[in-house]
Amino acid sequence: MIRLAVISGKGGTGKTMVTAALARLLKGTLVLADCDVDAANLALVTSPHLLSTTPFMGMKSALIDPAACVKCAECEAYCRFKAVDWLGNVFRINPFRCEGCAVCTFVCPVKAITLQPRQTGEILYSETARGHLVHARLVPGAGNSGLLVHAVKKMAMEQDRTCDLFLIDGPPGTGCPLISTISGVDAVLVVTEPSVSGVHDLKRVVTVSRQFRPRIIVAINRFDLNISQTKEIEAWCREENIPLLGKIPFDPAVIEAVRAGIPVTDVGASPAAQAIQILAAKLEVELTNLDNNR
Amino acid sequence: MKLAVASGKGGTGKSMVAANIAYALSQTGPVTLIDCDVEEPDLHLFFPAPSTTCDVTVRVPVVDESACDHCGKCGAFCQYGALTVLPDRILFFPELCHSCGGCTLVCPKYAIREEPRRIGMLGISAPLPTLTLITGTLDEGSPHAVPVIKEAKTQALGGHVVIIDTAPGTSCPVVEALDGCDACILVTESTPFGLHDLQLAADVAARLGVPAGIVINRSDGKDGETLRFCIDHDLEVMLTIPFDREIAAIQSRGDLLCRERPEWQKDFSALYAKCRALAGVDT
Repeated sequence: MIRLAVISGKGGTGKTMVTAALARLLKGTLVLADCDVDAANLALVTSPHLLSTTPFMGMKSALIDPAACVKCAECEAYCRFKAVDWLGNVFRINPFRCEGCAVCTFVCPVKAITLQPRQTGEILYSETARGHLVHARLVPGAGNSGLLVHAVKKMAMEQDRTCDLFLIDGPPGTGCPLISTISGVDAVLVVTEPSVSGVHDLKRVVTVSRQFRPRIIVAINRFDLNISQTKEIEAWCREENIPLLGKIPFDPAVIEAVRAGIPVTDVGASPAAQAIQILAAKLEVELTNLDNNR
Repeated sequence: MKLAVASGKGGTGKSMVAANIAYALSQTGPVTLIDCDVEEPDLHLFFPAPSTTCDVTVRVPVVDESACDHCGKCGAFCQYGALTVLPDRILFFPELCHSCGGCTLVCPKYAIREEPRRIGMLGISAPLPTLTLITGTLDEGSPHAVPVIKEAKTQALGGHVVIIDTAPGTSCPVVEALDGCDACILVTESTPFGLHDLQLAADVAARLGVPAGIVINRSDGKDGETLRFCIDHDLEVMLTIPFDREIAAIQSRGDLLCRERPEWQKDFSALYAKCRALAGVDT
C-alpha cells in the first residue's frame, strides 16, 4: 500500500477538490481518509454512504465533586492551564481549558477530583464509489485533533489493509494534526497557490514534511491568478529538487462542481479537470516508482 | 476592544480581513494586530518592517539521573506518554509533553526539575506609526501551537484596539485565540465547504460566548444558502466582498486592498463599527 497525503500549509488552496478528483483518476483499489478533522469536507464531494460510526474518546477531563470539595484552592494554584474557575461559591473545571493532565487530582487533599472520559468526536466509516472513506466529526471547540487524526488513519489502514493506495486529505497548518497526518506516509502532495502567503506557507510545510522523509511533490492551484508568483514557486521547486507535477488554472467549473457535490473531473471537460488529469497521470508514474523502489 | 477574525475553513480571507481592518483603523488611531495563526503566520508579508524577536518556551522536565531510582511514578502519572521509565534510564519525548508539571510533583526523590525549551518565537514590529504587529510563529516540527498563541496574546497593549487573526479549523488553536475576545468575525465563502465550516465555527464562537458576525468573501452572487443560514441563526452579514480578479491580484502579491483602493477603507471601518455594536461597546 502506498500512502499519499494531500497537504498545503495555507488553508483553502484546494486540497479537498484535488483529493476528490485524484480518488476518481488514480488507478487501483484505494481507501480515503479525511484527516482535516476540524473542518472535514471530503464527504461533501464523494457522496458517501455511511456504514458505521465509532465514538472517539479524547483526553480525559477533570471533574470536581462539589460535595467533597473543601475549597482549599490547591487545584487552582497548581493548574497550569487556568482550567479551574472560582464561581463565587464553588470551584469548577472549564472543559475548554482542561488538558486532562491529572495534576489537580494529585494535589487535592480530599480526593474530590477525578478524571472522566469524554467523547470529543466520532469516526465515520463510509462507502463511496471509489472505495471506503474514513472521516470524523470533532466536537467543535474540542482539543486532541491530532489524536483523532491518528485514530482515523489507524481505522483506514486496519479496515482496508489490502488496498493499493491510501489517499489522505490533510489539514492546513504545520502543527499537531498535520504532523499526525504525515507521520508514516510515503509521499505528500503539497497543493499551493501563487500568492505571497501560499509561497511562504509552502516553504514552511515542506520544512516540516522533510523531517518525516516522505517523497515531496508540489502542484499549483489557480496558477494563472498570479503568474509571477507561479514562476517563483517553479524556480523554488527546481532549486529544492522537488517535482512540480501540476498547474491547475482558476476555473469557475470547480465551484460549480463543489456546489453539485462532485469532483470537478466528473463535470466534463473543463480547464481545471484537464489539468488535474495530467497531474494524476504524472502522479501515477511517481507513485509506481516509489512502490518499485521500496 | 479585542476582535478576532476566524473562519473554520482555511483560505476564506481571514488574514485579508484582519489586515485591512487594522490598516483602516490605523489611519485614525493606534491598533495592535496579532497573528495567532502561528502554524502559518502570514500577516507580516502584508506589513514588511524590521521586527524584534524573542523566544517562546515551555517548561519540560529534566531528570537528575543520580537521584532517580527509576521507580516509574512519573511515567505512570504522565497522561501524555511523554516519559518512559526503563530499569536503567528514562526516555523523554518532548513533543508529547504538555508542560503540566505533574512529573515534578509525583517524584518521591525530587529528582525532576524543569527547564525551558523553545517551541516558537514572537516578532514585534511597527510597520506604521499607529500600528503594532505581533506575530507568533511556531517552530517547524513543533506540534504545540497553543502556548505560542497564549504568549502572543499577552503582548497586546492595553487601551489599543486589538485585532486577532486566528488559525483555520475549530479546535484548540482557535479556542485559545477566541478566548477572552469581545467579538469575532467569521469569514466565509459561498460554497458548500465554506458553509459547512462556517456552521462549525459559529458553533465554537457560541460555545465560548463570543458574539459573532459574518463576512462573505469572494462572493459570486450565489450566496442564498449562506444568507439563509445566517438569518436562521441570527448572524448578521456585516460585509460582502465580491469575487474580483483585481482584489485577488492585490492580495496575492501581498498588498492591501485598503491601500490600493482607498474607497474600501470606509467599508472596513464600518465593519469594525458593526463589530463594536455586536460586542455591546457603543462608543
